[in-house]
Amino acid sequence: MLCKLFGIVHIEIAEDITTDTFLLASETWDLKGIPENPTAWLYTVAKNKTTDYFKRNRIVEEKIIPTLKHNQKPFEETDVDLSAKNITDSQLQMIFAICNPVIPPEAQIGLALRILCGFGIDEIAEAFLTNKETINKRLFRAKEKLRTENIKIELPNESEINKRLETVLTTLYLLYNEGYHSGTRNTQLRKELCLEAMRLNYFLIENDATNKPAVNALMALMCFHSSRFDARTNQTGEAILYEEQNKDLWDEDLIEKGNYFLIESAKGQEISKYHLEASIAYWHSTKIENPAKWESILQLYNQLLQIEYSPITALNRTYALSKVHGKEKAIQEALKLDLKENHFYHSLLGNLYTNIDNNKAIIHFKMALTLAKSNSDKLTIENHLRKLN
Amino acid sequence: MTEFMMIFRNDYNPAFKPSAEQMEASIKQWQDWIGGIAAQGKFVSTNRLGFEGKTLKPNHVIVDGPYAEVKEIIGGYILVKATNIDEAMKLAEGCPILSIGGHVEVRNVVPMNN
Repeated sequence: MLCKLFGIVHIEIAEDITTDTFLLASETWDLKGIPENPTAWLYTVAKNKTTDYFKRNRIVEEKIIPTLKHNQKPFEETDVDLSAKNITDSQLQMIFAICNPVIPPEAQIGLALRILCGFGIDEIAEAFLTNKETINKRLFRAKEKLRTENIKIELPNESEINKRLETVLTTLYLLYNEGYHSGTRNTQLRKELCLEAMRLNYFLIENDATNKPAVNALMALMCFHSSRFDARTNQTGEAILYEEQNKDLWDEDLIEKGNYFLIESAKGQEISKYHLEASIAYWHSTKIENPAKWESILQLYNQLLQIEYSPITALNRTYALSKVHGKEKAIQEALKLDLKENHFYHSLLGNLYTNIDNNKAIIHFKMALTLAKSNSDKLTIENHLRKLN
Repeated sequence: MTEFMMIFRNDYNPAFKPSAEQMEASIKQWQDWIGGIAAQGKFVSTNRLGFEGKTLKPNHVIVDGPYAEVKEIIGGYILVKATNIDEAMKLAEGCPILSIGGHVEVRNVVPMNN
């Protein structure tokens, strides 16, 4: 909201005021306890700080600048509009300003975390598995770019909104995945990243101009994935495979919400990749096991690959194929994939060859082990090898 | 990688009216085959062609039907990426048209501005 007031040129002033406000909050609340309405408290303090800033600025403008320049326009008192509507509108406009294709996706995610979600530089650095300096540089360059390109903090007009919304959704999708697949063992941080992506996505749903089917589809996808958060890692942060998860730990509330947004996303004719991914996630969130389930998942992967190829989608599709047409057929299809440098590829083949040709299974799992980088991946592969020996 | 077009040809049989189940099974078969090409990152685009069609001949002569003089009909096409025609022929294997008596014609695509 402050960014909106100051404009992208003075984005640092808004950032400073926000940081100051939170600093003051932690000091004051420590001494006096948390106020009745903490949000209102924060906004009021930020508002006062902003007014102070403008007053100071006015002294500069009125007393100093006139001595340099005579035909100065009178400075008008700026009132900070703290209505709920202005707050959400500003946030929404800021989402569009930051998720702008003029800056690279990684920088968009970083800026979103810093400005929209209020994350500290050290937290962003941990999420990206890098250091503070790299993040600072990345964010600085991104802000410079937004400034030189003179990006306005506003909603794109009706004709542009669908195109621009694509970039916004891609960034939110990547932000979510950053949390969901992050290499960091800090489960709390990962969860927060995912929640922030969902919160920002929800802003889009709340606004009529951006409440489009693809936005609801992405929300559904995030809900379904998040429903498995507590089931997918053990206490030390190691991954637990889907098949081995304790289904009682799945969050039924989030699955319900996912179903709701998936139904909302079905309005209209559009089928985005988020629709397909959300539908796949829907099937994975059902506890039943029947042929229709895997048949549907396979067809969804077939369609998804026609919209957008990715190695992991190709491998998942081949796994689904094995569930429908059997392992032999899936092996034939897997061997056509040119993914020999990918450890998931060898893990898949190891899995498919298990109980068909165990020697070949062992060869592929060993190959996967040499290619895998993360410890949790290695652990999973070693478990498979142990079962085969 | 060059683009190749596979054209699916089959005899036209107006008497054949598939049931809903047959249609569904057929769509799955096609999607599995196309999905297999897409899983290799070699899919470009595809379309089916409907039975509505007319043919325009010189001197404003319009003939009903796409199958005016041949009894064979083009059922659809797919554009794929391949390094050469042999690789494209490999991709054509398993095309469902082959199991119902039809055939696949594979052609290299030559962009207009070349």
